[in-house]
Amino acid sequence: MTDLLVPADAQHQLPKLTEPAPRPTRQRPLSALGILGRIIGYAVLIIAAAGLLVPFFWMISSSLKSPNEVFSIPLQWLPEVFVWENYVEIWTQSNILTWIRNTLLLSVVVTFLQVLTGSFAAYGFARMRFPGRDVLFLLYIATIAVPWQSYMIPQFILLSNLQVTNTLWSIILLQAFGAFGVFLMKQYYETIPEELSEAARIDGLSEYGIWRRIMLPLSVPALASLALLTIVNTWNDFLGPLIYLRDPDLWTIQLGLRNFVSSLYDTNYALLFAGLTISVVPIAIIFLLGQRYFVEGIATSGLKG
Amino acid sequence: MTTLADADVSTSRPPIKRRRSKLRLRNTLTGWSFILPNFLGFGLLTLVPVIALFYISLTNWNVFGTANFIGFQNFTRLIGDGSFRVAFVNTLYYSALHIPLTFIVALGLALLLNQKFRGVAFFRTAAFFPYITSIVAIALVWNLLFSPDYGPINAGLRFLGITEPPGWLTSTEWAMPAVVIISTWRDMGYYMILFLAGLQTVPRELHEAARMDGANVFQRFWNVTLPALRPTTFFVTVMLTINSFKIFDLILVLTDGGPGQATLVISQFIFRKGFEENQFGYASAASVVLFLLCIVVTVAQFFVNKRRSI
Repeated sequence: MTDLLVPADAQHQLPKLTEPAPRPTRQRPLSALGILGRIIGYAVLIIAAAGLLVPFFWMISSSLKSPNEVFSIPLQWLPEVFVWENYVEIWTQSNILTWIRNTLLLSVVVTFLQVLTGSFAAYGFARMRFPGRDVLFLLYIATIAVPWQSYMIPQFILLSNLQVTNTLWSIILLQAFGAFGVFLMKQYYETIPEELSEAARIDGLSEYGIWRRIMLPLSVPALASLALLTIVNTWNDFLGPLIYLRDPDLWTIQLGLRNFVSSLYDTNYALLFAGLTISVVPIAIIFLLGQRYFVEGIATSGLKG
Repeated sequence: MTTLADADVSTSRPPIKRRRSKLRLRNTLTGWSFILPNFLGFGLLTLVPVIALFYISLTNWNVFGTANFIGFQNFTRLIGDGSFRVAFVNTLYYSALHIPLTFIVALGLALLLNQKFRGVAFFRTAAFFPYITSIVAIALVWNLLFSPDYGPINAGLRFLGITEPPGWLTSTEWAMPAVVIISTWRDMGYYMILFLAGLQTVPRELHEAARMDGANVFQRFWNVTLPALRPTTFFVTVMLTINSFKIFDLILVLTDGGPGQATLVISQFIFRKGFEENQFGYASAASVVLFLLCIVVTVAQFFVNKRRSI
């Protein structure tokens, strides 16, 4: 983890944002003012980091409390007895297994489609010259300034007419064809030297062949960025499932947990926190493993959602 | 390769021309074939709804699917609708707090974390982590953190000697500031990454030169970093504005627009009219307002940015 997200050299360009930069530069002797500044800087950062992470700490610690300990006064930061049973009970008291299964299915299918169609279309935009291409790309870009909330109503009417509401298909259609993937991949393809595909063309490779055998293998980092961002996005999506998935058997983890709150008879919030922790942990693991790709994906495209 | 190119360029006899236009046609078809799979989905699910939106906003489309053209009646009704006005003002109120706050915090964090020191990677990870956490988890956890009687935040405030801390999400006055605190907490890592990426492009020689000339830290920031960062600050401002105008899911889970209408925003108004009351025509009119708000502000920012950079 520590070799990621290291400050890069000022001269480095964007794609190298996270490249480790061990720089044994000349050390200026720190003045008294410099030391003071450094101390203040650290203090600010430690307070900020505490503020950033306390909610997560509280979520996990509460998930191990007994029901009436969650709201005890005075506040308890750590449970007196660690109630690990919460993590057993949540599986029997809720349909969390179904929710996770639905969410996993959606994440995998959406990501596969997004990466496939996104990189395919990006090749057309980045490497082919044909009339209408630039206008079309402008349309893709323009939709970034259009919030989804402003066209969710006509989209819902359309998908109702296609009879896909209240099926998982609706979410797949909703998420799989975003402009974001096209944009991210196009940005990356344009950094790959044209000579490579030129040479392949001379060797008789078709455009599809060039995409498949030259561009795809060379764009693995961008594909990883796109895939990871899409997985996280689909896993965390709440509004789409809220609007389209009425049947409890189709609920995703976010929708399920949200409804679990209102169905808590004895308001055992410890159980809820256990569920939330279960829903956050996979994303946290994916993030920590692929941190570099998240950051690069966001930095190069600068867009999401 | 050279022979091929030569043959193409030097000759201009008609048969070659015809062959070339055939080649161009094939090229066009291939190009479209790459874009088509994505474009089918994109066109159907984004472009068509956006265009349809304007038509539906001029009808009285309801749950039975009967749509009569009624001109601008929906829009005049919106102007007279008290709760739409509240939603509109609340959206602007949220944006007025959220945009500058997130901008400053994200830029400050990026400047701090652009330095080299021990532990910088940890701090960057911590700052970005909330952004990839689900809205539902964030909203439910913060809801309890902000709980007036049992929450750790008010316990902390009481510890500091504030005997009557605010009711946060249960008070009409403090609900929106609480929402802003939570959304800033969530979003700043994302904008920090954008700023960090921008800071990598600031030429270091400029900093060195300014230092030679005796410019202090603040002068260097104001005269070197900030101008060099302009493309990033522009992009961040545009994204922040759009994302603020469309704020919805966080509020939906946190307060559901309450207490009363204290945190009702435009997106939620659309959601209520459309999906809870099935007034698709009326909800679309409100959607058009949100759409135009985002487009107009984006275009305006674009022009301001252009004029400033000349």
